[in-house]
Amino acid sequence: MIEVKHLSRNFGAVQAIQDISFEVQKGEIVGFLGPNGAGKTTTMRILTGYIPATSGTAKVAGFDVQEQSLEVRKRIGYMPENPPVYADMTVDQYLNFVAKIKGVDGKVRKSKVDEAMEKVGITDVGKRLIKHLSKGYRQRVGLAQALVHDPEVLILDEPTIGLDPKQIREVRTLIKGLAGQHTVILSTHILPEVSMTCQRVIIINKGKVVAEDTPDNLTARLAGNERLVMEVEGPADAVTQTLQAVPGVQNISVDRANGDGRIQLTVESSAGTDLRKELARTVVNNGWGLLELRPVEMSLEDVFLHLVTEEEEVAN
Amino acid sequence: MRNFAAILEREVKSYFLSPLAYVVIFFFLAVSGIFFYLILSNFVEMSLRATMQAQMYRMMPPKLNVNMMAIRPMLHNMALFALFFLPLVTMKLYAEEKKTGTIELLMTSPVTDSQVMLGKYTAALVLYTVMLALTFVYMIFLFIYGKPELGPILSGYLGLFLLGGAYLAFGLFFSSLTENQIIAAASTFAFILLFWAIGWVSGFVSASVGRVLEYFSLIEHFDDFAKGVIDTKHIVFYLSFIFMGLFLTYISIQSARWRGAK
Ligand SMILES: Nc1ncnc2c1ncn2[C@@H]1O[C@H](COP(=O)(O)OP(=O)(O)OP(=O)(O)O)[C@@H](O)[C@H]1O
Ligand SMILES: [Mg+2]
Repeated sequence: MIEVKHLSRNFGAVQAIQDISFEVQKGEIVGFLGPNGAGKTTTMRILTGYIPATSGTAKVAGFDVQEQSLEVRKRIGYMPENPPVYADMTVDQYLNFVAKIKGVDGKVRKSKVDEAMEKVGITDVGKRLIKHLSKGYRQRVGLAQALVHDPEVLILDEPTIGLDPKQIREVRTLIKGLAGQHTVILSTHILPEVSMTCQRVIIINKGKVVAEDTPDNLTARLAGNERLVMEVEGPADAVTQTLQAVPGVQNISVDRANGDGRIQLTVESSAGTDLRKELARTVVNNGWGLLELRPVEMSLEDVFLHLVTEEEEVAN
Repeated sequence: MRNFAAILEREVKSYFLSPLAYVVIFFFLAVSGIFFYLILSNFVEMSLRATMQAQMYRMMPPKLNVNMMAIRPMLHNMALFALFFLPLVTMKLYAEEKKTGTIELLMTSPVTDSQVMLGKYTAALVLYTVMLALTFVYMIFLFIYGKPELGPILSGYLGLFLLGGAYLAFGLFFSSLTENQIIAAASTFAFILLFWAIGWVSGFVSASVGRVLEYFSLIEHFDDFAKGVIDTKHIVFYLSFIFMGLFLTYISIQSARWRGAK
């Protein structure tokens, strides 16, 4: 349904995305996971025809997003990061307008609008001005707007941002319910969000796809150990033995022991722990020199570091 | 066509939902009305004086031409007031949508950029037409109390419509360049003022340059309309000006897409 090949986009000197490729099958819900500035919005904007790509191609339902933009746009429902609502219109007027420009036929327009409003639970605010709605309701109007012409593909940019935990749960349930009838891509930087709603996750970081997997596999990968690289000036044996004794340390390996008394070590500890303070204190208390202490930059761990991996309030 | 109509309808409704349209209409009518009153009372005084003089010398009272002496200056005044008010009409058209992000909806919907642009432009023309139509009431007074010629009034209004259309086209363009409505209005005003005044310096430059500058002066082409002369060369001038404004708007929207700017 969606086919992206070697997509790149520059903004002046900034490479927002580089050589992104992926596919999404009909009826799938795919999560686009990545920290701030990863290029999620940029990719979505290219798919929806808002901006052109610098290079590469993308097809939606068999149509090229560049060459056959209008055909693609007919088939896409898009919710940008900020709901694109006109504050001075009522919800009814607004959705009716959107339905019109999305090409919904006059005869079925009213029923399509009602249907969309029902799906997102805003039937009771139809007569209200959008500017008087709460953030959560505005977000739902944004979602209804994307649904109103019953598009084959839904592209949702951070659909739960700014909502309270109850609303977040509702919106996620809603999105899950769309599987099958629609093909959905949603972006988020919240790991549990993809676990809850998506069948597949595409992780992007710094403009590149770094992993593609099921949410379960990803969570398992996340449970991998933390690794730190240290460079210490001191006697190799004494240093490793002492550091091994620091609570939390699971494994130490010596990468390099130079003749000049400097040694480089990799220290592993269980996921989610940060032993840097303990390790530094131990080295210094023993009178050795601490030359370097940094986490290992594994591509995925680096990404996860910047993601929201826990959501206490929302979990139920 | 349906897309164009949908955009047009939304824009027109949005004008009349906001206080801006009423404020612009009110002040345009008020300022025009005041000047209409001043010009007319001046005219009445002059014709009274002329009639009295004629009676003193036992001559036929002269027939002062209301078209030339009251309506023509009035039309010129309205052309000037439009210069002040129309930038306020166009300033929000793109700038507001860029600011709130609704432009992203329009630009990802199955409507073309020209449909959006023409819908917005036509909405501004509709509001301007309402403004002009309401000032026509003043002209009706003249028919109640005198016998002006209808022709020059109608041609004057045609001129006002075309001239205002040119203001609006460039107003739309400047609105497409920024998300700040104040900047949009101010640049529109400055730009139009430049093209108004461009003819004034013609006396200070060589004759040939002067003629070129005068040709580009927006107001230079208006006088014939106010005199009751409809000349295709003036119509062509204004239409080209409008076309240029819309063309630049279109380019600006396309370029924003390429740059990824809002
Ligand atoms: N219009 C633009 N002009 C210049 N740079 C841009 C523009 N849009 C995006 N960028 C840059 O491209 C990169 C990717 O941005 P993008 O908005 O796609 O990230 P994102 O994954 O959506 O992030 P977030 O989670 O913060 O929404 C960033 O470095 C951003 O600064
Ligand atoms: Mg984003």
